[in-house]
This record gives sequence, structure tokens and C-alpha cells, in this order.
Amino acid sequence: MQTATIFSFHGGIHPPENKAQSLQLPLGKPSLPRELILPLGQHIGQSSRPLVKVGDSVLKGETIAINNGFLSSFLHAPTSGTVSAIEERLIAHPSGLSDLCIVIKPDGQDTWTTLAPLYDWQENSRTDVLAYLSEMGIVGMGGAGFPTQVKLQGAHKNPLTHFIINAAECEPYITADDMLIREKTLELVLGIEILQHLVEADNVVIGIEDNKPTAIAALKALITQRKSKIQLAVVPTKYPSGGEKQLIQLLTGKEVPSGQYPADIGILCQNVGTCVAVHDSIYLGKPLISRFTTLTGDALNAPQNVEVLLGTPVAHLLDYADSAADKLHRLVMGGPMMGYTLDSAAVPIVKTSNCILAASKKELPAPAPEQACIRCGMCEQACPASLLPQQLLWFSKSQEHEKAEHHNLFDCIECGACSYVCPSSIPLVQYYRHSKSSIREARESNVKADLAKQRFEARKARQDAEAAEKEAKRLARQKAAPSKSAGDKKAAPAKVAPTAAPISDDTKKLKVDIAIGKSKLKKLQKQLLEAQEAEHVEDINALQLHVSEQEKNVASLEEQLAKTAPAATPAQAPAAAKAPVSDELKKAKIDVALIGVKLKKVQKQLEATPDDQELKDKVASFEADLSKAQAALSALGASTPAAAAPKAAISDDLKKLKIDAAIAKAAVKKVEKALKKAEEIQAPEIDAIRQQLQEAQKRADDLEKALLNPVSTAAQPTAKTNETATNLDADAAKKRKIDLAIAKAGIKKAEKNIALLKEQGKDEAEIKASEWPQKLIEAQNKLAALEKEQETAAPITTAPTVSPAAPADADAAKKRKIDLAIAKAGIKKAEKNITLLKEQGKDEAEIKASEWPQKLADAQDKLATLEKEQGANSDTATVKSAKPEPKQVEAKAESIATPEADVATQVKKQKIAAAMAKAQINKLTKRLESAPEDAEYIQQEIEATRQKQQDAEALLAQLTHSQDNT
Amino acid sequence: MALLRITSPHTQRAGHRTAWVMQMVILATIPGIIVQSWLFGWGTLINLVIACITALASEAAILAIRRRAVGFFLKDYSALLTAVLLGVALPPIVPWWVTVTAVGFAIIFAKQLYGGLGNNPFNPAMVGYAIVLVSFPVPMSQWLGVQDIIASGNTLSFMQSLQAIFHHLPAVDAYTMATPLDGFKHKDLLDSQTAFSTIPALQAASLNSWLWVNLAYLAGGLALLWLRIITWHTPVALLAALFVMATVFHLIDPNNTATPLFHLTTGAAMFGAFFIATDPVSSCTSNRGKLIYGAGIAILIYIIRSWGGYPDGVAFGVLLMNFAAPLIDYYTQPRTYGHKKAKTGLKIGEDN
Ligand code: SF4
Ligand code: SF4
Repeated sequence: MQTATIFSFHGGIHPPENKAQSLQLPLGKPSLPRELILPLGQHIGQSSRPLVKVGDSVLKGETIAINNGFLSSFLHAPTSGTVSAIEERLIAHPSGLSDLCIVIKPDGQDTWTTLAPLYDWQENSRTDVLAYLSEMGIVGMGGAGFPTQVKLQGAHKNPLTHFIINAAECEPYITADDMLIREKTLELVLGIEILQHLVEADNVVIGIEDNKPTAIAALKALITQRKSKIQLAVVPTKYPSGGEKQLIQLLTGKEVPSGQYPADIGILCQNVGTCVAVHDSIYLGKPLISRFTTLTGDALNAPQNVEVLLGTPVAHLLDYADSAADKLHRLVMGGPMMGYTLDSAAVPIVKTSNCILAASKKELPAPAPEQACIRCGMCEQACPASLLPQQLLWFSKSQEHEKAEHHNLFDCIECGACSYVCPSSIPLVQYYRHSKSSIREARESNVKADLAKQRFEARKARQDAEAAEKEAKRLARQKAAPSKSAGDKKAAPAKVAPTAAPISDDTKKLKVDIAIGKSKLKKLQKQLLEAQEAEHVEDINALQLHVSEQEKNVASLEEQLAKTAPAATPAQAPAAAKAPVSDELKKAKIDVALIGVKLKKVQKQLEATPDDQELKDKVASFEADLSKAQAALSALGASTPAAAAPKAAISDDLKKLKIDAAIAKAAVKKVEKALKKAEEIQAPEIDAIRQQLQEAQKRADDLEKALLNPVSTAAQPTAKTNETATNLDADAAKKRKIDLAIAKAGIKKAEKNIALLKEQGKDEAEIKASEWPQKLIEAQNKLAALEKEQETAAPITTAPTVSPAAPADADAAKKRKIDLAIAKAGIKKAEKNITLLKEQGKDEAEIKASEWPQKLADAQDKLATLEKEQGANSDTATVKSAKPEPKQVEAKAESIATPEADVATQVKKQKIAAAMAKAQINKLTKRLESAPEDAEYIQQEIEATRQKQQDAEALLAQLTHSQDNT
Repeated sequence: MALLRITSPHTQRAGHRTAWVMQMVILATIPGIIVQSWLFGWGTLINLVIACITALASEAAILAIRRRAVGFFLKDYSALLTAVLLGVALPPIVPWWVTVTAVGFAIIFAKQLYGGLGNNPFNPAMVGYAIVLVSFPVPMSQWLGVQDIIASGNTLSFMQSLQAIFHHLPAVDAYTMATPLDGFKHKDLLDSQTAFSTIPALQAASLNSWLWVNLAYLAGGLALLWLRIITWHTPVALLAALFVMATVFHLIDPNNTATPLFHLTTGAAMFGAFFIATDPVSSCTSNRGKLIYGAGIAILIYIIRSWGGYPDGVAFGVLLMNFAAPLIDYYTQPRTYGHKKAKTGLKIGEDN
């Protein structure tokens, strides 16, 4: 056994240990209580999700709640019985909160469910073992209750130099870990070995305070006997040497950089309790359902350590330890330095409860009255974080939060050493907690104020624009001579005119929608980031919801878009079907990478000692492993496209969805990290986190990309484009989009001008004489051309797996679509003009006399014929909004398109129809807002359009279905 | 079962209250008081009594006006400590009203008007001292001499002391004598060696008396260090810097300067280093800050002693450094755990 070097940390105190009391009696095993109360949030992160309902009977060790997201944990029934309630109960919390708990009424049988130990953990992949630990509900049992599998995963960030097992137990009174080491030495060491196998640290060190000679001797003997590599570091007794940061400094001489985690400097800390729990779950298959807890304090007649089932109410334990109710003055969960008081003994023991201190009045007297700080500096000498507590107090009292932050208030670990030594009995830690929370609040309200300001500015800009518009119109009306009293009414259609621009290409609209959605998403993500920075929990949650909603929106829009592009084969390969394959693929990749690393390491060693046969063997075996893993990987890689091939559906939207998923995942991770940080460290160094988060996110993205790349490159030879091509195309597409926007703006301008002219009372001839109609037509032509271009490009950018036949088909489809759009625009224009005339007070005759009704009828006729043609062609005659289709295009389409392509075209068309109807509804709604006087009419129109949309969607569903079946 | 809800920590170091700190400092002045009384008669003790009564009365009065709990605050002993420090710092036969002025000013203006204990930016005792020093220079420069070398050949009796303090003692001139620092200051054009052989205040007996006084305060200071009531930083920095200053200038100009030993063992060198400069409220907080603070005081003491208008410079040195203490604090924050380097100044938003 090696002995480790011990460093030291600044400050620290030596409060009376009071550990002997609870070590007099042997380990106790309390009887089953009447009911077990299991809070769903026993760990840091999301609360678990209950799997049972009231009335269910459960067996001991059965899973009763599962994890709810990444940073969460499982929960198991500590004994057999029935679930008597799932309700809010008081839980052990500093503020005496309630939380949702599963209440189990024991049946007294204590029947175990079937246990499934993981004997072959050495053969299993790391990921599997971690998943197993998560399913066993293992969380850090030292204090915070951080899910162990998450912590172990995080430990892979950097090569681990030290794996530290925290057995210091520096708080006075507590002896649970001491007892655990004595009772379960072998289990502890085995558990450490499992964890070491998972994390592969260079050094494994147990840090233990020198006030536990029995435990130290037991460990020493066992480690020597097993010839284990584990080092035992006996540190001098000093509070708070068991604090994670302090223990790291004691054992490695390194400090965890402010705002970072031990993993960032290659260190992992685990509590002894966690190690034993890991052993029990792996070797025995027992989930985490009990723990060692110290019952101590003067108010107990039989202070002792107990192995207690989770969920046991504290009152039951107090009875067990024979408490004298009249002496009980303060009930503390945890130790006297960092524990918190309990209001009621009804709260249950949870995974992190290491001590119940039932103190008498004499033992923990009420705090002496606070006196003035005399700046004696005793607090400073005691502070393990090398802060200046007296300055922090000063700034806290005077609310100088910036100065307090500048003096590193957020590096305070709230150990209480300063309060302990303060001669003026100042509750320093309370002041710090208060300041910290006010600072957090202030940050939050800053963010809120910023948002409010943004909103205000946006509103003001809109109002200004509206005012300007009104003013312009007023001027225009003045010029037009106030001849008609109906002039007021004119405002409405004029306002609607630009928004009701007739040139509406569905795909384009979708794209615009997507663009808007994306920018919204980006904004939301930014807000989320800010919220994370501010460590504002509620905001984060709300924003998280928004973000995922928005992501969903964008994803669905993109899906729509992708589907509008013709795909030779169905594009709806279910994402779910592919997920497992890619998971395996990922795993295989990780395996390859890991083996590669190991191989490299060994090869390096081999270079140093070329004769070492053992190393050579290792290299050989690793090489074998590597090739095996690589083979597996390529097999998987091949099987992925193979699995997807029948549907030929590695379509772009799928990819995008995946990336979205990854981003969402990363976002979740971010939130969780921020949360954890907020709770654990409460440090202000947000930049560092943000950096980390971005890195993590980037990694996640890379991973996804890496996952997707082989898929698309290995896909069928018919797959036309891969990632890079898409990227190249993206530029062109962007440019085209800009052109489109310009063209569209031109059209709008022209239309507006025409409208203005009309308003001014110019007759048609005059208008025609003006340059605007000409310009409008030009612009429309240009737009059509551009859109066509765009459409040809679209299949490349949006559907990389288009078969060679598809582009031609796509071309045809596009042309058709554009024609349709133009035709439809014609109808709309006619309709609009009619409305306009009506509004202008022209009577029916006059309107009829005008050219417009005729035009409308013509257009409608044409539309009808086209629809019929199309219907005959594709069995969709019932669709009201199907668009005319020029003959020659149809012929072309017919000559090339396979039956499937035909269906695809239909699908696409219906999508377009649906999207258009939707857009129409939007427009109408907008109009409804701006022209309330036409409400009824517009309402009707909306209804009609909605009907249209529903029809289209129904048909679409039908088509999609049939497409899936082909 | 009414359970108490209190946040952590739930326990406190027993016995070491603020009052205890103050008591210990007061007790640590006892060796100095004894030596001073033995050498210079009853005056010091009478001063102490006057000072303590004045301090308690004015503190109680102000607390009553401020509507604070009089008994609670009087029991923290901080007013008494100020009184004791002033009592031993003033010349033994200074008229009673000088003492009353000094203490009253210290308590009322320098301490309570700033908000009471813990809020005073200046050392109250030294504010009181400085006020009477500039206001009543004549009585403030009348120190007694040791019996061997003064004209009367005796120390003042108790009655004489009372008379000198409360009324007027015609024969007082037979007992007074300049302090060594005063004597050296007024050596005028004499070079150091001649001064030490001719001026009465610079004779061995006089020097030795002050050596004893300083040694007594050194002992008291060491006790405070041992009790961990003060840290070594301020006194060591102060004495070391004084030593360095004196050495350097003595090497440059041995004819017009005194030896380092002279500077360290006369006047209020030790008393200032261990009892005045270490006043926690008005001094620096961090250890590095204390070093700078102590050294700064020493440099000022030397400057005032050598080139200033007063024989000793502890009071002004301390007061001037009190001004600088907050600034020094900003620039001498310790390096917090997990930070690469210590933060300095007050740049908000900068991080490391
Ligand atoms: S220990 Fe208490 S009295 Fe002393 S400096 Fe710190 S806060 Fe002030
Ligand atoms: S509670 Fe904070 S300021 Fe006080 S000693 Fe602990 S770390 Fe330092």
C-alpha cells in the first residue's frame, strides 16, 4: 500500500468532535415503520417519474419511479407493500418544503423482487454499467445527491489523475461513514474497484481524517491483503477537510478553479456510501434502498448508527433511539456546521441524510445576540476559501453587491467556519446566503428588464410605423380631394393590400416561416442562455419549454418543406426506427475510440520498454479488439443504410430533426449544469460555464454529424448529395433567397403604387398608362423565374437522396407550381379588385360592367378545368384547392414519373395546398385585426379557407399513408 | 415540541466573545502600566481612573441618546479599552481636563458619531490623543523623569500626583523632564554623539526607563499574539520597517540621526506596534494589507520623529494610515481558493 502525500488548506477550525456518543452502540437496524415516504426528488436534477399508482403492490427493490431526463435518478421500493398514496408530504428541506412523495405501506413480508446483479461488469461496456447504476438509483450519498452515472460520465472530460474517495467525515457528531467503513470494508473496496474500472484514474486515494483509527486500521489491513493500488491518505482532523474542494487540496495540492468542477482538473470525488451502494448494486443487484445514518444528540438516550430504509420517518428513528421529547430543542438533519433544522419529525430519511442530530438546549444553545463586527480577522483566519468574511459581511450589510461579488462572495462554500469563530456571534453565513440570493434576484430582474425594454422598443417601432403609414394615407387622401365620404373605408383594403400580396408561393412561404421560426428559436435560445447565466431557475424552465416548442415548430415546418420537394420514394422513414441503429453505431464508435486510446497508451509504454512481453500481448489484444470493434462499426454502418434503404429515407428533414434533437439535448444539459452549479457552488463565473456549455454543445453536434455522415455517405448510390454538397448549395440558395426577397419587395411596391393610384381615383386607363402595371408584371416574371431557380435548387438542399429521375420531375413540378401560383394570384387580384370596387360604393351593375368579374370568372373556369384535368390524372378531384396544371408539364411529368413519384407529387401538392390555406388564414386573421368593420365577411372567408386546409390535410394524410404502404 | 428553525452553523466557539477580546487587550497593558507607575509615579493610574470614568459616562450618554441598550454595549469593554489606551498614552501629570477632553472626544466623536463599535474609520484613542496634542501642547509635553536624574531626586507621591492633576503643583518643574525623543528632537545643532553625552534626557538612566516601558509593552503584546487576538503581521511589519528606516538613515548620516535601537526602545514604539496599530476596527483586514499598513505607520513615525514638529509620531502615523486602510484593503485581497491570482482594486466584472 502506498501512502499519499498530504497537503494543507488555509483556515479551518477544530470544533468539539462529539463523535464518541454515537459509536458506543453497534449498528442498529430499526424495525419497519408504519409507512415509508419516498420523495420523488431525492437527488439533484429532475424529480423522478412515478411508475406506480395508488393501490399497486410493490416488492422490495422494485422500481417505483424512473428517471425523468438526463439529470435524474431511479427510485425503488425499500420494502414490499402497497402504495398507499402519491401526494405532497413534508420533506427534509432547509425551508421546510413539501414535495410529491410515494407513500408505501409495508406488508411486513419484506419480499425481495428478483435481483439481477451485473456479475460480468468487467465485460460489459462502460455505458451499460453506467446505465445499470442509473437504474439502481445510485446517487452521491455525501451531500448533494448528484446522480452518480452523470458524475462518472462527466469525469471523462479530462484524463483523470485522481479518483478520491471521501471518507473524511469532518462534521462533528457524524459517524455514519466511520461505521460504514468498519462494517463494510470489503464492500467499500470492491465498490471502489468497480468505479476505478469505470473511470481509470491514475491514482485512487481514500481521504480519511485521523480521528477514525478503527476504520483506518480495517482499511489498511484489507488494502494490504488485497495488494490493491488504492492509497490511504490520513489527513489531520480539521473542519472542513471533508468539503470536496478542501479534500482535493489536501490530497493533490490542486485547487478546483472557481466556477469549475473537479472533473475539469482531472479529479473525481465519490463518497464512501456511494462506493458501497455501487458494490451492492453490481454484485448483489440491490438498488439503493437503505443507507447508514447517525442518530445522535443529547436528547437521545441511545445515540447510535443505524442502517435505515429510505423513506423511514425521522420520528420513527427518534423513537428507536429512545428520544427524550422534553429535552429535544433543536432537530438538525446533517451536522451542526452545515446541517439544517427540521420543523417536524415527520419528514423521511432520503438518500443523502447522513445524520439526525437531536440536540438539547444546552448542547446547541440559541445563538448569542449579534454584536458589532470588530474586524478582528478571526473569521478570515478560519475561512477555508481564503475569503475576507468581515469585508463580505460589510458589503452584505450595506447591500454593496458588486463589491461583495468582487470579493468572491460566490466562492464561499457556506461551511460556517467564520460564524463559528466570530467573537461577535455574527451569523455571517446567513448574511452571505441572503446576499447571494439577492444578487441572483437582481440578475434575474436585469434580464427581465432587458426583455421588457426590447418589447417596449419593438412596440414603439411598430406604433411609429403605423403612425407614419396613417399620416401618409391622410396626406394621400387630402391630395385625392375629399370627394367621397366612403374615403374612410378605403383605408382598410389599402392596408390589407400589401399583406395580401397575390404572389404567394407555398414553398417560399414555408421557407419564410422556417426562417422566422428559426430566428425566433435563436432568440429564445439566447434568452435561455442569459437565463442560465443569471441562474434563474423559473425562467430557464419556461424558456426551455418555449425553445422545445419552437424547435418542434421548426422541425415540423422543415418536414413540410422537405415533403413538398418531390422524393422518388417515400420520405417518411420513421425516425424512431433509425434511432436504435444509430445508438449502437455511436456505442461502437466510442468503443473504437476507447480501444484506440488504450492501444496508443500501451504502444507508448512499449516504446519505452520494448522487451516487455506483457505489453506486447496487450497491444496485440487491443489491436484485435480494435479491429473487432471497427468491424462491428462498419457492420453497423452498413446496416444503417441497409435498414433505411427500403424506404430510401435518409432525408434531410430526418437529419435536421436529429440535429435539433441533439441541440435540444445539449440545451437541457446546459440547464442542468447551470442548475447544478447554482445549487452546488453558487459561483458567479458564468463565462466559464458558458464556455463549457458551448463546448459540450459543439461536441454533441459533432457527434451527431459524425453519426450522420457515414449514414449519408454509405447510403445507396442513388443518393445524390452529401453534407458538403448541401453546404455548397446552401450559399447559392441563400443568394437566390435574397434575390427573391428583393423581387417580392419590388412587386409589393408596384402593387402598392397601383393601389394608391386607384385610391386617388384614377381610372383603369390612367393606371394602365402609368409605368406601375408594367413594373409589376416585370417583377412578377422575375419572381417567378427566381422561384423556379430556387425550386430546382431546393431538392438538392433539402432532399439529398433524390434519385436521378427526381430532379427532372421536380423541375416539372416546380414549373407547374409556379404556374399555379400565378394563376391563383390572378384570381386573387381579380377578387381583390372586385372587393375594392364594392367598397368604393360602386353598385353591382357598375361592378359587372367592369372587367374584373369577367376576369374572375375566366380564371375560375380555368382553375376548374385544370383541377378536373389534374383530378382525372391523380384521383384527387375532390380537392377544392388543387391547382391548375399546364398540359405540357403534365405530359412531361407523366412520361418520366413513376407511379410513386406521382403519389409524391400529390403529397407535395396537398402540402402546398394546406400551407397556402394556412397562410391565407393567417393573412385573413391579420386583416381581421386591422379592419374590424369587415369582420363578418372575413370570418366567413377564414372559415372557408380553414375548411379547404382541412380537406387538403385529410387528403395529405391519406396520400402519405398510401405512400408509406408502397 | 417547539423546534427551533435556525440556519447553519448551529454551534459556536465557546467563550471567545468580543468582550473577552477587549478584556484580554486591557489585561495585556498591565505590565506596561506597572512599569510606568513604578518609574513615573501614581499619575498614570490616576489618569486611568479619570479616563475610564469619562469613557463609560460618555459612552452611556451617547448610547442613551441613540436609544441603544446601554448595559449591553457597555459590557463589550470597548469603551474601557479606549480609555485605558489613552490613559497610559497621556503624560502622567497631565491636567484632568486634558484627559477628559481626550477620552470624551475619542468616545463621542471618533467612535459613537460614526456609528459605534466597528464603524469608526479612525482609531478613537489616537484621535483623542491627537486632539489634545495639538490643542494643549504645553501640558502634553510635560513628562516626568526617573528619580535618579531629576532635580528632586524622587518620584511624585500619590498626593502630589493628585495635586498636579487636579489643581496645580508649584514644584512640578523639579519632577518633569523631556522624554528622550523630545530631548533628541531639540538637540538643535549638536551632533548625535555630543547630544547623547550632554542632554539629560538622553542619559542612560532616562533611556533605560523607556527601554523598560517598551519591554513591558512588548511582553503584553506577545501575550496577545499567543492568545491569537492579534496576528504578527502589523507589529512585525511596523517594528521591522522602523528598524530599517532608522538603520538606513543612521548609516547615511550617523551624526544627525539616532541608532535603530534608540528608535525601537523609546517613545511609544512597542505600545504603538502591539496595542495601537493592531486596533482591528480601523486597520487593514488581510494579512498582506496588515504588512503594508504596519510598515506605512513605521515610515510615518520615523519621518515625524526625524523631520516633523512632534517628538513622537505614533498617533499621526496611525491616523494617516487609517485613511489609507480601505484602499490598501482593496489592493491586498488574499487569493481566494480556486482563483489563479488575487483580485485587486475594485474592477467590477473582471475575473480570473
Ligand atoms: S470574526 Fe466576527 S467580529 Fe471578527 S472580523 Fe470576522 S465578522 Fe468581524
Ligand atoms: S462560510 Fe464562506 S466565508 Fe465563512 S468560512 Fe466558510 S467559506 Fe469562508
